[in-house]
Amino acid sequence: MRYSGFKVIKEALTGHRGWTPAWRDPEPQSHYDIVIIGGGGHGLATAHYLSKVYDEKRVAVLEKGWIGGGNVGRNTTIIRSNYLLDGNEPFYEMSLKLWEGLEQDLNYNAMISQRGIMNLIHSDAQRDAFVRRGNAMMLNGADAEYLNEDQIRKEYPFLNFDDARFPIKGGLAQRRGGTVRHDAVAWGFARSADSHGVDIIQNCEVQGFRIEGGVCKGVETSRGFVGAGKVGCAVAGNSGRLMAMAGMRLPIESHVLQAFVSEGLKPVLPGVITFGAGHFYVSQSDKGGLVFGGDLDGYNSYAQRGNLPVVEDVCEGGMAIMPMIGRARMLRMWGGIMDMSMDGSPIIDRTHIDGLYFNGGWCYGGFKATPASGYAFAHLLAKDEPHETATAYRIDRFRTGHMIDEKGMGNQPNLH
Amino acid sequence: MIINHPLLGPRDSAEFIYMGDAGLINRPDPETASGEEWYAYAYLRDNPAGEHRELWWHEGGDRSWLVVTRNTVTHEISKVEIARDVARAQGRSK
Ligand SMILES: Cc1cc2nc3c(=O)[nH]c(=O)nc-3n(C[C@H](O)[C@H](O)[C@H](O)COP(=O)(O)OP(=O)(O)OC[C@H]3O[C@@H](n4cnc5c(N)ncnc54)[C@H](O)[C@@H]3O)c2cc1C
Repeated sequence: MRYSGFKVIKEALTGHRGWTPAWRDPEPQSHYDIVIIGGGGHGLATAHYLSKVYDEKRVAVLEKGWIGGGNVGRNTTIIRSNYLLDGNEPFYEMSLKLWEGLEQDLNYNAMISQRGIMNLIHSDAQRDAFVRRGNAMMLNGADAEYLNEDQIRKEYPFLNFDDARFPIKGGLAQRRGGTVRHDAVAWGFARSADSHGVDIIQNCEVQGFRIEGGVCKGVETSRGFVGAGKVGCAVAGNSGRLMAMAGMRLPIESHVLQAFVSEGLKPVLPGVITFGAGHFYVSQSDKGGLVFGGDLDGYNSYAQRGNLPVVEDVCEGGMAIMPMIGRARMLRMWGGIMDMSMDGSPIIDRTHIDGLYFNGGWCYGGFKATPASGYAFAHLLAKDEPHETATAYRIDRFRTGHMIDEKGMGNQPNLH
Repeated sequence: MIINHPLLGPRDSAEFIYMGDAGLINRPDPETASGEEWYAYAYLRDNPAGEHRELWWHEGGDRSWLVVTRNTVTHEISKVEIARDVARAQGRSK
């Protein structure tokens, strides 16, 4: 069923009796050409591009819970392509371009809003770093704009410009950045993949791999064995746990990241603001809540909840940069599990086991990457070679010394 | 989380900096270790869901290093040791 404004009006007039489920609920078959593990944004996007662009027809997505119950439904929905390094920027810019056409591609309203993102600058050194980054972005075809203090005062008059420790001296803006309705991304990709013949199988946990003679033949699941020509893993925070079943140790630690939403307010915040120096970022959802967050809790965790010191730290950051936030009451908070890699960049690659492919290490920035990650992973699975924007995302780069470390933090995942 | 410091008693985890898997105590011998061993030491982690032995550095306290045994699913801490004692018990000289 195609969605359209006309369809909405027609259904409104006929009592909304004509809507049908957005995807089927099939039983797992005994064998697929390609099995994707993980029904998050990346797994579902992979299935969409596999079936629509690469014409793979026998594909399944196996999800242990319900689709969209992981990080794709827990993140703060910011999209942007403001990276510095060559290994990253072309990939994230491709992702932003895919976002720009995604609703038409999926025939699904994902509420993509290019309201702009602004990174605040407080010192000369930070200005140099951000201007350099802006130049790198433009070299890769992305948009970037340096704003001085007066320009920011016009757009965001309520910020605390004259803070003694972090006075606002400027900002790096990306106007094409913004926010997206995260759940709609999972549902839109799922609906499209399903309509192209992909089986989306929920409540189906992968509990092991069947590996014979160095070749992956399929997966053992809570609903029986599912054979596969190729298996693609895209389970984000659970990457370490899943790949351990294939005997692999990864350059990844799982960490918890928290997010917060205030009560609904009238529109106060036009775009996304990041206050990196104070470990705080914020945007306003279309429902009116201020959506904000900050740093990782900083220790290994698989519990989808964090601890109070980070709550305090994030709220202090908010009060420091945007004092009016103190007038709003906090409504909800939650946590999600991040697959923090050793250089802060992701992995999209084959493994040493034939037929087994890995997508992970997305850290706290994988939502914006969802379309490009799906595209590049689909390309790898279909053609057995990396997509041109993802050639640097090799799993062995830590062995060969080709790290992609945007922040230059080294192998301490809680600092990326 | 409260970390029950063996010398100082119960302390707020916010006083500490988390330094990763306690396996990092076992640094390869620079005289003999292969590149492969260094790679595994520096970059690969077990990253278990469940019991995890890990290093916490008491930066905002007595600056000791602790080995904390903690469940990564429940955040429950079951054991806290001084890292030096753990290293010595494993045969390290310091
Ligand atoms: C609080 C928070 C804020 C964030 N903010 C942003 C942001 O503003 N911008 C941004 O770009 N990114 C952000 N992120 C990061 C982003 O959400 C993730 O990097 C991204 O969603 C991960 O990919 P995914 O959607 O495929 O993961 P998920 O949605 O977690 O999908 C993985 C799926 O795999 C399933 N699974 C796991 N194990 C198994 C198994 N054994 N068998 C079957 N299925 C399994 C899980 O149930 C899950 O549904 C944020 C994350 C959090 C937690």
